[in-house]
Amino acid sequence: MQKRRFLSAIACATLAMSASAAMAQDKFKIGLILPMTGPFASTGKQIEAAARLYMAQNGDMVAGKKVELIVKDDTSAADVTKRLAQEMVINEKVSVLAGFGLTPLAFATAPIATQSKTPMVVMAAATSSITQASPFIVRTSFTLPQAAVAIADWAPNNGIKKVVTLVSDYGPGIDAEKFFKDRLLFNGGQVLDSLRVPMRNPDFAPFLQKVRDLKPDAVYVFVPSGAGAALMKQFAERGMDKAGIKLIGTGDITDDDILNSMGEVANGVVTSHHYSASHNSALNKKFVAAFEKANNGLRPNFMAVGGYDGMRVIYEAAKATKGAGGEALLNAMKGQVFESPRGPMFIDAQTRDVVHNIYIRKVEKVGGQLYNQEFATIKDVKDPGKTK
Amino acid sequence: MLTILFDGIAYGMLLFILAVGLSVTMGLMNFINLAHGAFAMAGGYLTVVLMQRFDVPFLLCLPLAFVATALLGAVLERTLYRHMYNKPHLDQVLFSIGLAFMSVASVDYWMGSQQQIMQLPDGLRGRTELWTGEVFELGMGHYRLFIIAVCAALTVGLQFVLAKTRFGSRLRASVDDARVAAGLGIRVNLIFAATFAVGSGLAGLGGALGAEVLGLDPTFPLKFMVYFLIVVAVGGTSSISGPLWAALLLGIADVAGKYYMPKLGSFIVYSLMIAILIWRPQGLFVRKGGR
Amino acid sequence: MKKFLNAPLDARTQLLSTVRMRGWEPLIWLLAFALPLLVPGHALIVNEVAIVALFAVSLDLVLGYTGIVSLGHAAFLGLGAYASALFAKHVMPDPLVGLLFGMGCATLLGALCSLTILRGTDLTRLMVTLGMALILMELANKLDWLTGGSDGLQGVMMGPLLGRFEFDLYGQTAAWYSLTVLLVLFVLARRWVNSPWGATLMAVRDNPLRAMAIGIPVHNRLAVVYTVAAALAGAAGALMAQTTGFASLDVFALERSADVMLMLVIGGVGWLYGGVVGAVVFKLMHDVIAGITPQYWTFWIGLFLVVLVMVGRERLIRPWLWFGRSADHKGGAQ
Repeated sequence: MQKRRFLSAIACATLAMSASAAMAQDKFKIGLILPMTGPFASTGKQIEAAARLYMAQNGDMVAGKKVELIVKDDTSAADVTKRLAQEMVINEKVSVLAGFGLTPLAFATAPIATQSKTPMVVMAAATSSITQASPFIVRTSFTLPQAAVAIADWAPNNGIKKVVTLVSDYGPGIDAEKFFKDRLLFNGGQVLDSLRVPMRNPDFAPFLQKVRDLKPDAVYVFVPSGAGAALMKQFAERGMDKAGIKLIGTGDITDDDILNSMGEVANGVVTSHHYSASHNSALNKKFVAAFEKANNGLRPNFMAVGGYDGMRVIYEAAKATKGAGGEALLNAMKGQVFESPRGPMFIDAQTRDVVHNIYIRKVEKVGGQLYNQEFATIKDVKDPGKTK
Repeated sequence: MLTILFDGIAYGMLLFILAVGLSVTMGLMNFINLAHGAFAMAGGYLTVVLMQRFDVPFLLCLPLAFVATALLGAVLERTLYRHMYNKPHLDQVLFSIGLAFMSVASVDYWMGSQQQIMQLPDGLRGRTELWTGEVFELGMGHYRLFIIAVCAALTVGLQFVLAKTRFGSRLRASVDDARVAAGLGIRVNLIFAATFAVGSGLAGLGGALGAEVLGLDPTFPLKFMVYFLIVVAVGGTSSISGPLWAALLLGIADVAGKYYMPKLGSFIVYSLMIAILIWRPQGLFVRKGGR
Repeated sequence: MKKFLNAPLDARTQLLSTVRMRGWEPLIWLLAFALPLLVPGHALIVNEVAIVALFAVSLDLVLGYTGIVSLGHAAFLGLGAYASALFAKHVMPDPLVGLLFGMGCATLLGALCSLTILRGTDLTRLMVTLGMALILMELANKLDWLTGGSDGLQGVMMGPLLGRFEFDLYGQTAAWYSLTVLLVLFVLARRWVNSPWGATLMAVRDNPLRAMAIGIPVHNRLAVVYTVAAALAGAAGALMAQTTGFASLDVFALERSADVMLMLVIGGVGWLYGGVVGAVVFKLMHDVIAGITPQYWTFWIGLFLVVLVMVGRERLIRPWLWFGRSADHKGGAQ
């Protein structure tokens, strides 16, 4: 396909270019770059499914233009992400770049968005500083400080004073560690030790043993979406719960995608996050049902909702600008207020980052399935990483 | 302290069972098989499927995983690997990496890319604590005890087969000098096929055992390839005691390193390996054999 | 030992025939340099191909001319990338100086590593090279105050090339820059392996013992080649970092070392052009397959590898053998 285009371009470059320019007139293209292979492939699958679901529900015409979704796999390699973004901007003339499963991938692509003045909707990566990497970045996922601070407020009021933190050793993990630590200290808690597990080949056993030997009230955990299950099992196998150590964390460890397969271990774990598949609203029930129906029973997780809302932001902005791109499209994205399956949310016009409710949830069995049941709400949380 | 040692031993034992097939086949045929991890993954996924979809009890899955991957190994050996023995190492490396890539993508296609979770039987879930609160407190997860027991039994069995049976003596003869062995009428090819099958079967069994401890996802063959190769390179390929000690060393160094010096990460293991290989290029535990 | 498939020509004509420039060569290079103009939309791909081609040429020096199977060649690529990126970030943004700096760092590492690959079997060498790449990856990961750790090195602003040509969004400058570096280094490498000095290399590759017996300093030869190859790989890494504006941990990944080996085998080892041909074929193949099935392209690449080795390159692609050497020598210690 690519090759054929390549060859035809050699043969008649001018023709091909004018043709593609004409094509671009009546199309609104969205370049979705996701990790579809490798360890973070589940992120890509969830977001792609959600984006396709949104298009199925809302039609593929926007402001009289046909919406075309171009999905590319970046194999979670940053240089590939950047090149794909560049090609999409130059050859496909996409109006929006979207996706970005991991922090490094989003950072690598930021200069492209700035140079080409193409809005870039980050649907997954959650390090606080991503939106500062380019004025064209808009985020619809969440930021780790939002979740970390919420659980750090909750813990001391519920008998958790001494904590050991255990995070994956990369951008979001360090964010999760730092903001939790600062807030917990502020609330009069203690952080006994901060452990960082390498991203590659994570073997949690020695780290959990260390936690056990420190005897805290709880261990606070952040791991990327998908790695939570292994940690949970090790946690149970070490007999941590029997030693009286609780497990708390951001919602990434009880990722809806794999929560059910974790088994009894996960039951009762308290986390803070912006989305649970069991969020009690009519919109969410509809979303979950449609998502499961379209993907033979796959439960949507927070990645899916980031993708779904990202598409919503793009669609609505495109309607407002009559399908124009560039800065106009970006401005139409800023300040959008709407109801998402996660609850009410808006895009902060100053920071271009997402503002939404953070919920404290507890894993419980509902109808034979494990779900994160929300029991407390912190309204309209802005990203604490930007207030400094 | 003792707990860390215990965990390290369990990890090392597991690595040994996973890698022993690779080491013997490498010693026998001088064949570098980078797709060895794919057999381990096959065993792991077979167990997961049997347990999740057909409710086969875990303890029954282990022998099944062994038999199935051994058969798979035998079939592949007769159809594909056989043609590779006379090729240069470069071709072998490329061929087996190709196989590993294919296995990764296929499993991804059929099973999805998420981490697979197994539910162990209750009997293996507990934990025993000794001398709690003392300096040398020892906590033993029952499952890790089980791993150590199974792997130790297998090691003893393997050693017995190698040392005491006719097949074993033929195998040792072939490893020491395949040419002379063939000249004496030993059917080296047949011995190799059998060894390859058993080695693959052991990897499958290790994959089934290790899915709980090492995690199981489609990238397994590439992720642990390095570890298997370390075991083989450091342990040498002329005996099974060599890889055993190498695996234990690796397991303990890895766990202890992560516990006492988490800042150093995997440096310890890799640097140790390179140092050993520069010092003893043929591996640490090598008999002066025919090669 | 397998015999060569083609009847060996007499030594003098063979030696001479490899040195002479053929008529098609300048045409190929001219076409390559014209590509960013002809298909401006694909300048990025041209740039990438040029970089991996340089990387493959570098591996060819090691694999095709000394027979050492290396699974860690990405170590030098990665070091070159990080070194030049850090140089641009902290010292000066001029690309050419950064390129030299990256090459220099990789050369030093190559010299250091060359001490480790002189002994041992193929397996040992495989492991040591792999281990080096892994150690560097760990280093880059742990020194996150310097390298950005797992997040990659961000915020690398490259200055204009020769003080005039900016690296633009379309990647034309980048493509020409990479192509020029590739051409210069390629020509140098070609001259070098075709010199009498290079002829001793083949002797070392084909039979180290005999080479030693006729007085060729085998270890010295291996070490020098390995160091030079490291310098070229470092240059490829520097180009990669400069034209993408960042470096991340996956420059050290095993997949990179495996991919480049695959390219080399597609194109043929011990010919230098093999790396270039292989890089073009592999990249286009990858792009086509990944375009059709983004998720499972590794399967097809794997299948391709297996078929390639089973069927044999010569039977799969038209025989190039009259001006390359067949790759069918038996490598490694027995």
